[in-house]
Amino acid sequence: MSEAAVLQNDPGSTGRFGQFGGCYIPETLVPACQELESAFRAAWSDPAFRDELDGLLSSYAGRPSPLTHCQRLSEDIGAEIYLKREDLNHTGSHKINNVLGQALLARRMGKTRLVAETGAGQHGVATATAAALFGLECEVYMGEVDMERQALNVFRMRLLGAVVRPATTGSRTLKDAVNEALRDWVATVETTHYCLGSVMGPHPYPWMVREFHRVIGSEARQQCLDLFGALPDLVVACVGGGSNAAGIFSGFATDPQVDLVGVEPEGAATVVRRVPGVLHGSMSYLLQDEHGQVLEAESISAGLDYPGVGPEHAHLASIGRAKYFSVNDQEVADAFALLSRTEGIVPALEPAHALAWVSKQRHDLAGRKVLINLSGRGDKDADQMMKYFAQ
Amino acid sequence: MTAGVLEATLQAKIADSKKCLLPYITAGCDGWLEAVYAAAEAGADAVEVGLPFSDPVMDGPIIQQASDLALSQGTTPESIIAAIGNSHFEIPLVAMTYYNIAFHMGHERFASSLKAAGFSAAILADLPVGEAELWINAAGEVKLETVFLAAPTSSPKRCQLIAEKSQGFIYAVGLLGVTGEREKLAASTAVIAQRLKNITDKPVLVGVGISTPANAVKAAAVSDGVVVGSALVRILLETKSPEAVGEAVKRFRVALDNV
Repeated sequence: MSEAAVLQNDPGSTGRFGQFGGCYIPETLVPACQELESAFRAAWSDPAFRDELDGLLSSYAGRPSPLTHCQRLSEDIGAEIYLKREDLNHTGSHKINNVLGQALLARRMGKTRLVAETGAGQHGVATATAAALFGLECEVYMGEVDMERQALNVFRMRLLGAVVRPATTGSRTLKDAVNEALRDWVATVETTHYCLGSVMGPHPYPWMVREFHRVIGSEARQQCLDLFGALPDLVVACVGGGSNAAGIFSGFATDPQVDLVGVEPEGAATVVRRVPGVLHGSMSYLLQDEHGQVLEAESISAGLDYPGVGPEHAHLASIGRAKYFSVNDQEVADAFALLSRTEGIVPALEPAHALAWVSKQRHDLAGRKVLINLSGRGDKDADQMMKYFAQ
Repeated sequence: MTAGVLEATLQAKIADSKKCLLPYITAGCDGWLEAVYAAAEAGADAVEVGLPFSDPVMDGPIIQQASDLALSQGTTPESIIAAIGNSHFEIPLVAMTYYNIAFHMGHERFASSLKAAGFSAAILADLPVGEAELWINAAGEVKLETVFLAAPTSSPKRCQLIAEKSQGFIYAVGLLGVTGEREKLAASTAVIAQRLKNITDKPVLVGVGISTPANAVKAAAVSDGVVVGSALVRILLETKSPEAVGEAVKRFRVALDNV
């Protein structure tokens, strides 16, 4: 198989990216995942579905999102920095791309209810938004800890008509919210679509969610060619589950001259540590103790606070196509402030990880063209960072 | 293939026109090992021993709570396997856990240490038949039976596949939902049990939502017996009394024997 085929593959009915992926879930959900796979395959090759989704992405979500050349940040860092502005999408992050696709698909499958997990609340808000748009019921599970640190997004979801339920077990963050969403789905699978928010979970989710975010990479690639007549040297994105990274990487994965970099929080450096495991439906890298019990991730960013990672990232890391690094909370806070001051753009804490790595690696990046996926805006983090900087 | 110890035990019971009773206990809770003994003495045909996992997505609040408690008290797969290995039971034991525990220890090592400790079978709640080939091979090497779950959502065609692969018995998930006590027996229980009984001679046991002896009797009417978990684990958590667990098992036993 050519490298291109390996990289951009349809993971087939087994949902494998190399040795990673698969469908490790209770039997109750296996038929639902199979149904979802065939529904997605049919929809994705149906021009009417693609037209409807493209129409929504432009008229409702505001796509295409711009590519911004950062003049002052580039001078500060000493590299040419371009931002893919997913923060300018409706609801404030890239999450809307996937959610509109899944909501359309849910409607096509005759499901009347969406259930979702959320970390920082961005995916929950996006799901609640799509549910409101399509008149679907919506329930969002969110870790109790996250509900506290992202109170604004809890309010937004409720305003949009969603029911927000706290996950009160374990670390009470994103991982536990996924557990609760899966338990809900086990009981409601006949009427409910699980609108999973990242490139993780059982097949077909990692593949399907990447395809719904492919628009980020496709647009960015063309915008680079239009703006500076070449591809970037480096594409950098933050990685929790890895959906925004999967989306932008997909535009450049088959261009070997473009380096791909994923940036994880130090306390959730799943790919950096490379221990294989199985959680929430797929085989991937997983933070776990010596007995196979899943460890709690720790990060300043609720959206990246997850001990697993999408299986395609594990694959890209294992074949060396993408490289993964971690940054600490202080570096993230500095990057959060740096972009705000130099460009008048307040980033979400999640993409601030990508900015932090670029800032930290500036000595290696001199003169290079660096494309960063600015996956979301920072309004939701203002309250938390106000307290952080006050300390 | 000749039937393993678990299947032979259950088949003998069925041949005797009796219903099978499999209590489940989460290992690592206070008094768990004594509770397994008490369940065995109270007339269990086999006992399921839960190896707690940090993220039990198929389990409801009671077993989640028991798992968290067990893990917080330092329970590990090795400590449970060692405790079972140092005990002696006259009935088959079934290890129940989630796949990452087996995957992390390594298929061969996990299967052989379960077998060496005296387990007859294993259930991995999040390992469906389609992903199970490597595990089945490793378990088969040491003659450890692997029980698979069939759910109300499993089509007749999938049920056929599950019935072919499952060893020991087929675990019919009685309802759409996670483990936990329910007041009423779900209507789906009869549907899934019948679907399986139509296509297999292997024992079909219904689990999930069997919380009272009366429910157990109803479920057993359409199947070969029941798995009872949360109702017993709740008693163990509340009373910390293995005797109370034994008494509860006895009530299920008496009800099933008097049908």
